[in-house]
Amino acid sequence: MVNISIDKEDDIQLINVLGEIDASSSIKLDDALKTTSAEGLAIVMNLEGLSYISSAGLGVFISYLDELKTKNIKFVLFGLQPAVTEVFDILGLNQIMNIVITKKDALRIANEA
Amino acid sequence: MLYAFFDLYALFVTKYQLRVNLSDVLPQIFLTTFILSTLVFYRYQITKADSVNFLDLLWRVFITGLVTTIGSLVIKLFFLVFANSAFSQNPITINFFYHVLVGLIIIFLVSTFVVWKRLILYQKSKNLLQLWGFFEYALLGSLIFDFFGNKFFTVNFNTVLIFLSGFSLILSFNLKWIAYLNFRQKWKSILFILLSGIYVYHFLLSLTEFSSTNKLSIDLIDRIYVDALFVFIILYAGISILVTLFNLPTSSVFEQKLKEAIDFQKLSQAIPSGQSESQTYDILLDSSMSAVFADAALLKFSDGEHTLYRNIDKNTVNEIQASIKHSSVKAIVNFEFGGDFSNNKVSTSLDHSIFKSIIAMPIIVKGKQLGVLILLQEVGDAFNREMVDIIIAFVSQASISIENFTLISEAIENERYQEQLKIAKTVQNSLLPSKLKFNADFEIVAESNAAEEVGGDYYDMVESKEGIYNFIIGDVSGKGTSAAFNMAQMKGIFHSLVLQQGRPANFIMQANAALSMCLEKSSFITASYFQIDTVNKILSHVRAGHCPALYYSRSSNQIQLLETNGLGLGILRNSEYNQFVVEEKLTYYDGDILVAYTDGITEARSSDNKLYGIEGLKESLVKYTSKSAEEIKLGIIKDLLAFLGDLKIEDDYTLSVIKFNSESNG
Repeated sequence: MVNISIDKEDDIQLINVLGEIDASSSIKLDDALKTTSAEGLAIVMNLEGLSYISSAGLGVFISYLDELKTKNIKFVLFGLQPAVTEVFDILGLNQIMNIVITKKDALRIANEA
Repeated sequence: MLYAFFDLYALFVTKYQLRVNLSDVLPQIFLTTFILSTLVFYRYQITKADSVNFLDLLWRVFITGLVTTIGSLVIKLFFLVFANSAFSQNPITINFFYHVLVGLIIIFLVSTFVVWKRLILYQKSKNLLQLWGFFEYALLGSLIFDFFGNKFFTVNFNTVLIFLSGFSLILSFNLKWIAYLNFRQKWKSILFILLSGIYVYHFLLSLTEFSSTNKLSIDLIDRIYVDALFVFIILYAGISILVTLFNLPTSSVFEQKLKEAIDFQKLSQAIPSGQSESQTYDILLDSSMSAVFADAALLKFSDGEHTLYRNIDKNTVNEIQASIKHSSVKAIVNFEFGGDFSNNKVSTSLDHSIFKSIIAMPIIVKGKQLGVLILLQEVGDAFNREMVDIIIAFVSQASISIENFTLISEAIENERYQEQLKIAKTVQNSLLPSKLKFNADFEIVAESNAAEEVGGDYYDMVESKEGIYNFIIGDVSGKGTSAAFNMAQMKGIFHSLVLQQGRPANFIMQANAALSMCLEKSSFITASYFQIDTVNKILSHVRAGHCPALYYSRSSNQIQLLETNGLGLGILRNSEYNQFVVEEKLTYYDGDILVAYTDGITEARSSDNKLYGIEGLKESLVKYTSKSAEEIKLGIIKDLLAFLGDLKIEDDYTLSVIKFNSESNG
């Protein structure tokens, strides 16, 4: 199970993820990304509380990459746990997504012009 | 045929009157034969009719009586017209007409006797059947007794008659059929029996009239069989009329009970006959209403979807709901029923302008209150304990029906799903190679296992050119049927592209382009592509987001991860993807080992939630480096299962081991 909340901070939207994302809970991630991508503001995602992500969850991320890029919406992830980082790295997502360690870095990238 | 027999009989007897010197036993035999043949005829006729419609049977008696009575009236008329002529005083004439009359009476008596038998034996018990059998044999015996020509009112005659009458009396109290008549039918049967009684009276009168002429060759009144039949028919008719009369006031109760039983049966049969839930609810509502004489009723469901109303509208329902004071009834109406009938009242009185009594019965399916059945009466205290019991029975029967219905549809759905999975599994099994090609330079083994019926793991090997072997291992995102379909697409792409004999990097780029067009937006495939050039002893590999393979070098006795950069197929669906494709080459030596796998292995978790991981796989491989490919594979799987304990691997997993053997050809 996963708990996802959306906060609005200045000019960005912050998505907090807590728990595990598997096939069934990936729907919640999809909902969160759908809502935030419709707003048009930069999206920063806090994954400090994410302990596991399945391929279905990764699929959700991947399905939004193209859309966010066309809309020119910045999308930054931060605070990934080692196991989650490894999953992103193996798949190669670290090469095409903004993945940083701290929230500060994330906000900086999000606010870049 | 019967009438021919009758004519023959009459004729013979008349002839006998002319030739007096013939034996006097002959007419006896004729009469007896006639009685028996009539009996056989009617037994066959009436017993043959299988349906037990009591009114039909009584109607038959009535009609037979009518026809025979008209016959006898014609005879009477004849004697009236020729009252004083010598012709009418002639013994032959008298005897002839008497015999016609006897024939008619016997037809009536015998047919009525058979009908009575049918009525008495309705819902027969073994004892009753024995008793009846005895009675019938006694009657047959009396036919033989009649041969001795005992006169009416002699001692022997009376003894037998009283004996048979007593029997008739006992049998006459078998009147179960009356309970099954409704009010109208009871009146009709009383009418029919009464009219039949009039015929009997008329026949007796005619017989005694003839008897008084003293010119008869055989007097029917002297025949005990006939007398006993008369007694039996009169007794049973009399008792039937009385019992039917006394049953008239209670017949509505019986009708009610019968209707309840039929309604109950309807409810229990509603589902097997393929009727839907809503039809069951209709039957439940209507039969409950009629069972407790409710003036109005409704069936409300907790999902608030639809409500069935009878003689009541929504506003009145709201008024009533507000006027319920009794707590447990209120709880039922508000879908807060506790689940136990025994302590809770379900009926109470109402303080409402129209309706004064209410029954509120929860409908419970699978332990959940699905709805509530509300029955209303305009009279106060209209519902008693019995009525509530009936409603409980109705509702629970309906609940069972509905539960069965959902169970059946679930079972069908499940069956269909299993069937689809079976098909998918068959298809998938045919997608994985049954045997992997290799030559003297290396040996390869692979094993794949699907967590669900169908999995999304794929591996394959194609020799694209003499000595060039192409091995692919892939994992389609997701599990189950959709993953298997994507895997099928992957196989198609692999087999068509591999023959172009391009570099592994080219293959991955083209595969990504092809898959970009057919994969769903949120699906992707990870894959590793290995090309073994056995001519130049070179292993080229590309990793497209797949778990990095393990490479054991015997010379250094080290395991390295083939962790080149790469991106999963379908993640970037344009030419930008190509910049992330990296191809690496290495020269393989004798005894080197390549272990390719899917994440089902490295992501397996033990009971204390530890990941097996790449480390676990490495540790296992180290132990088996000197073994053959097959032994290494078995060893790794054995170690993995030991790590898991009694747990199972939750994901699909595939493990493939390639062991190089370059010394064999120099």
